[in-house]
Amino acid sequence: MSTDINKEDTQTQQESIRQVVEAMGEYPGAADASDPQLFCEARPKVEKPFRGVFEKFLNWARANSLWVLGFGTGCGAIELRPLMTSRFDASRFGVAGRPTPRQSSVFIIGGYASVKTLKRIVRSYEQMQNPKFVIALGSCTINGGMYWDSYNTINRIDQYIPVDVYITGCMPRPEAILAGFVKLQELIKAGRGEKANEYAEHFDWYKANQKKVIKDWDMPDYNW
Amino acid sequence: MNTSYQYSYTNIEELLEILVEKGFIAPATEQQHATVIGRRQVQSSDLAFVTVAPEAARHLILDLRDRFGFTHLVLLTAVDYIEEGKFLLTYLLHNYELHHDIGVQVPIGREAAEAGASMESIHDLWAQAGTYQRELKEMFGIDFPGSPRVDEPFILEGWDEVPPMRREFDTKQYSETTYFPRPGRSTNDPADYMRQKLYPKE
Amino acid sequence: METSLVLKIAYAALSLFIAFNYGILLGATTYRIRARVQGRLGIRLYQPYLDIIKNNAKRTSISHGIMFYLGPIFRITGGVGTFLFIPMIYGSVVFSNFSFAGDVLLVLYFIFFGQLGMALGAGEGGHPYSAIGVSRGLAQMTAFEVPFTLAIIALAVQHNTLSITEIIAAQQGGILNWSLFTNPAATAAALIAFLGMNMGNPFSVVTAPQEIPIGPPVEYHSNYLGLLQTNRSIFNSAKLILFMNLFFGGATNLIVMIIKTFLIYMITVIIGVAFPRFRVEQSIRFFLVVPTLIGLVGLVIALW
Repeated sequence: MSTDINKEDTQTQQESIRQVVEAMGEYPGAADASDPQLFCEARPKVEKPFRGVFEKFLNWARANSLWVLGFGTGCGAIELRPLMTSRFDASRFGVAGRPTPRQSSVFIIGGYASVKTLKRIVRSYEQMQNPKFVIALGSCTINGGMYWDSYNTINRIDQYIPVDVYITGCMPRPEAILAGFVKLQELIKAGRGEKANEYAEHFDWYKANQKKVIKDWDMPDYNW
Repeated sequence: MNTSYQYSYTNIEELLEILVEKGFIAPATEQQHATVIGRRQVQSSDLAFVTVAPEAARHLILDLRDRFGFTHLVLLTAVDYIEEGKFLLTYLLHNYELHHDIGVQVPIGREAAEAGASMESIHDLWAQAGTYQRELKEMFGIDFPGSPRVDEPFILEGWDEVPPMRREFDTKQYSETTYFPRPGRSTNDPADYMRQKLYPKE
Repeated sequence: METSLVLKIAYAALSLFIAFNYGILLGATTYRIRARVQGRLGIRLYQPYLDIIKNNAKRTSISHGIMFYLGPIFRITGGVGTFLFIPMIYGSVVFSNFSFAGDVLLVLYFIFFGQLGMALGAGEGGHPYSAIGVSRGLAQMTAFEVPFTLAIIALAVQHNTLSITEIIAAQQGGILNWSLFTNPAATAAALIAFLGMNMGNPFSVVTAPQEIPIGPPVEYHSNYLGLLQTNRSIFNSAKLILFMNLFFGGATNLIVMIIKTFLIYMITVIIGVAFPRFRVEQSIRFFLVVPTLIGLVGLVIALW
């Protein structure tokens, strides 16, 4: 029974730990949100696309090189794994996984998003570079799905970040996700994948919605 | 059998008899409500529940751990009995040698959310109890003074409402006012459907 | 007959262009081969081009400072520099690049150079994963440099020269003149080092997406990443051509070069498919013992 620690001992230990943690800042390694070296306060800007055939060519390349951010935000993330297997093989469509938001161009919201996750979704979305695309997966992202009356799960992801393609279902099968990718490719090739600019344009509206639900806003307004 | 412990027993009825002998719980009573102190209930050959007063709970749990071999804290949870003005805490303990479970149930006062209910902490008996207590503090507003990081947010970041698992908290209304519900939701609730089917005039 | 400098630069640009495209197609082909082994179709053959175009066509990019900006530039300098001092095809005026009497030493330096520049740049990115990736990458690189350098010294001693062209010349006149047969130990040591240099399995922990997301380039995006991808294909063909020249008798025309480098590359692919990933301390321990000893044996053979 080694767990039988003296209660007072534990309390003094906790006190000393708390002192150390306070001395180090909010938590070890915490970055100061006001440090201009680490965070950019600038608002996102509308980046005008080129015109004519050149932009069409670039859009063709973008549509055929969709790098998906490997951030499984909900239960739908489990449907993304089979996409890379031999049965579905999404790499035929130029779809590849990418573990960092900096390098990826497609963000798949994998189902329900709690407020805690929404904060991370916003951060990751803003760290992706323009042009970027969002696929909302499952009923939960569209109207809340089975969590429509939950105290901690948002109902509509499109109130917080712009969405290019919705895929309905609870859960959608990998075939449906592939169809969603094809639909997204059509949109991009048609020059309609400009939601990142839409986000920049209606930045204040999105930010107000985000701040309405994310109560402990402890990050800069725009994380690049 | 479990010779390393002070009190050995072979079945769960015997355990309850020993506990009665030691004065932890009252002798067999009629089936009563779970929040009544002294209530004991044997659910199966390896699962029993006893209800004890908050002051006696820690002593009983410590005894069960150190003298009866219930070395594992399976879970610590709470139920909101808003009609009786009580929370019922349940400490579920497991005996690895006999594979018996015993649930120690503790009714505590259920004050308003601001005043908060309170219970003695057992984080020094099992380290993981601290996490359960942190969750209970956040979800029910039950305070465990001295428990590590009990005031830090656990899942809800920056929650400023009534703790959401309290039954006076209206989750549907909160969701509707906060999370932009998409209009046009229809329900297929079987009760509504049958009512319309059977009593269309009402 | 001396070729003029302008013509030489034009020839070098041509061979650089060929090496870049060859590297990209080689990568895509091996990806497809790997996919077919797994029962998939895999990417389209031109997919890497699309990725590079897409990355360069990103409309925004952010910088963390001057070193962050220079990191990919150092990297591509290292890649192009390595390539430009390796004669691509033996005896050809067009594809001999800028090889000169001491080019082995310069190539050794350039292989190291890109990674160091990248380390500085990735460090300024400020992401903890880049710092971990950089420290792992540099540690592993230092380890595989030992057997690689030993193998190169063995060859230099054996052929009594520091020129790649002369080392190729010494291997002409039959398959048994290749360093593979005249000094098998040095070849083995260098090939094991080559596995580490390519950062494929089992030495892929530095850039493994599952371990620490993508390693040192975790913060690199948009056109920085496009530059890194361009460099990857150039550097890949440069390394392959270097190994072909040093150990497999060089090539007298493009077709022989393609066949030989493809086969050399397949060695790493097959080993990569068959082996799981080493932790970084395991791979360092391995590099400093087994290939290093083999490399010393190679040196002894050369001195014999």
